[in-house]
Amino acid sequence: MSADFLYMIEVVINGLMAGVLYALVALGFVLIYKASGIFNYAQGVMALFGALTLVGIMEGQVPFAHIINATFGTDLHQFGWTVPALLAILLTVGVMILLAWMVHTFVFRHLVGQEPIILFMATIGLAYFLEGIGDLMWGSDIKTLDVGIPQGGSLWVENLSSGLGGEDFYGFFIDKLDITASVVAILLVAGLIAFAQYTKQGRAMRAVADDHQAALSVGISLNFIWVLVWSLAGMVALVAGIMWGAKSGVQFSLSLIALKALPVLMLGGFTSIPGAIVGGLIIGVGEKLFEYTIGPMIGGATENWFAYVLALLFLVFRPQGLFGERIIERV
Amino acid sequence: MLDEAQTETLLEVSNIEVIYNHVILVLKGVSLKVPKGGITALLGGNGAGKTTTLKAISNLLHSERGAVTKGSIIYRGERVQELSPEALVRRGVIQVMEGRHCFEHLTIEENLMTGAYTRSAGKAAVAADLEMVYTYFPRLRERRKSQAGYTSGGEQQMCAIGRALMSKPETILLDEPSMGLAPQLVEEIFGIVKDLNEREGVSFLLAEQNTNVALRFAHHGYILESGRVVMEGPAAELRENPDVKEFYLGVSDAGRKSFRDVRSYRRRKRWLA
Repeated sequence: MSADFLYMIEVVINGLMAGVLYALVALGFVLIYKASGIFNYAQGVMALFGALTLVGIMEGQVPFAHIINATFGTDLHQFGWTVPALLAILLTVGVMILLAWMVHTFVFRHLVGQEPIILFMATIGLAYFLEGIGDLMWGSDIKTLDVGIPQGGSLWVENLSSGLGGEDFYGFFIDKLDITASVVAILLVAGLIAFAQYTKQGRAMRAVADDHQAALSVGISLNFIWVLVWSLAGMVALVAGIMWGAKSGVQFSLSLIALKALPVLMLGGFTSIPGAIVGGLIIGVGEKLFEYTIGPMIGGATENWFAYVLALLFLVFRPQGLFGERIIERV
Repeated sequence: MLDEAQTETLLEVSNIEVIYNHVILVLKGVSLKVPKGGITALLGGNGAGKTTTLKAISNLLHSERGAVTKGSIIYRGERVQELSPEALVRRGVIQVMEGRHCFEHLTIEENLMTGAYTRSAGKAAVAADLEMVYTYFPRLRERRKSQAGYTSGGEQQMCAIGRALMSKPETILLDEPSMGLAPQLVEEIFGIVKDLNEREGVSFLLAEQNTNVALRFAHHGYILESGRVVMEGPAAELRENPDVKEFYLGVSDAGRKSFRDVRSYRRRKRWLA
């Protein structure tokens, strides 16, 4: 096989891996949007908050240390212990569930039945609030997150694929972190789909997504289901935050990954879990391939805008996305 | 025929007033009783307050910004106004809403299973009830794998009633089951309601515009007009009542009447209210 073609394949594989992460973030949006009609602008900040909390717990940081020290004149910063990664992740999941409960109880429970735009505005407020709380709790410096995911190129993939090309082809270079991220994301998505499809709560979740009033009438507690979907979205955000944070450090820019999820949603449809996955993969592969093939002709840096242009095209020609639920209308 | 003197009263609504959005007064003192094992019909035209009465009982008013401001709703001796719809379903009162409200993207069987959401009984008991629903509605068994949104209106109505049955209810609040259905289907559905009442012992409070059908199947009836109960009695008596005959059943001893007589009917009605 020619070197060009092999390089192209590597680009596609890397695109797929990036796409999986986009899909993961998009999935968080879809979960909440389907069940409650809320477009959660704070999804990206939730990823940031989850990653910050995880780092804080792992390193034994004292939350709100700055305020405590300023008020009581103490000099607290660390508890002096470190928490193993797995336990810390479990604790952070607990925090995300608590966060979901608080968001629902203090904000959205009081906004039931309001216009979508009002719910959307509330999530913008929530985003800024969470960002501030994250800073207050854990400080605003850039942190490194190491939960023990292996990093660097995978020798195994390199050795395995090196036979494909000629003398000067050394095999595909694929980051182990990306491989892990993809596997975790695939497992998470499979788990979520199985949950929605085959469990009682999952069925109730889909029922609420279809018809709030009817769900109420058969005795499904909307409050419970809404806390459930916010918790699930929080966990998805946490996983995305871990993967992204491990790659490029835990810092404010982490919350901007949510913006990358928007084109994914427009492509896949706001209401479809498979749509979020396929949309993520298309955008991931699309932007890498575009950069590789057409990028050099127009001066590069196409990755910044390619996804949005694609989304724009979809908005014009297929506004419900690839997999958006068609509204069933009987005549 | 149900012996009304001897049966125990399940549900007692006394003099309730319902206001939507803090300003719109919809029910102006409605009182009614639902006896155990009976089919009670709530009749009246558009906007008379039938649906609002049912929703006040099942506590679905909140999500529409409505509230019961006066009076009381007692179920088995317990005041139920402050309960959530979920708590009410657990006590055995479930509403089948007007216009079916099936979960469109769920299959018929999944729809039925959501009805068992509040039950803590084992899988076997739920499966047995699913089988029971399928014996009453064989058509649902045929369609059990199709998305509810793509089934016919009659099938959706059956699905909605079946879904309510899955919660093992004592009382079903059935809102306008005949809406938009062919007369033959209406007969079929009312026949099944009667069967469920007689064989499974489910009590029904039935809101219906189709007075003729409702009074044939019900034991007792209430007639609502602009938020007030204007008439009540055993279904057989209501069927023979000249006013009901004329204004709800469309038959009259004296042939067509002029508008002047309609006004006199309204004056007479005020005494009843």
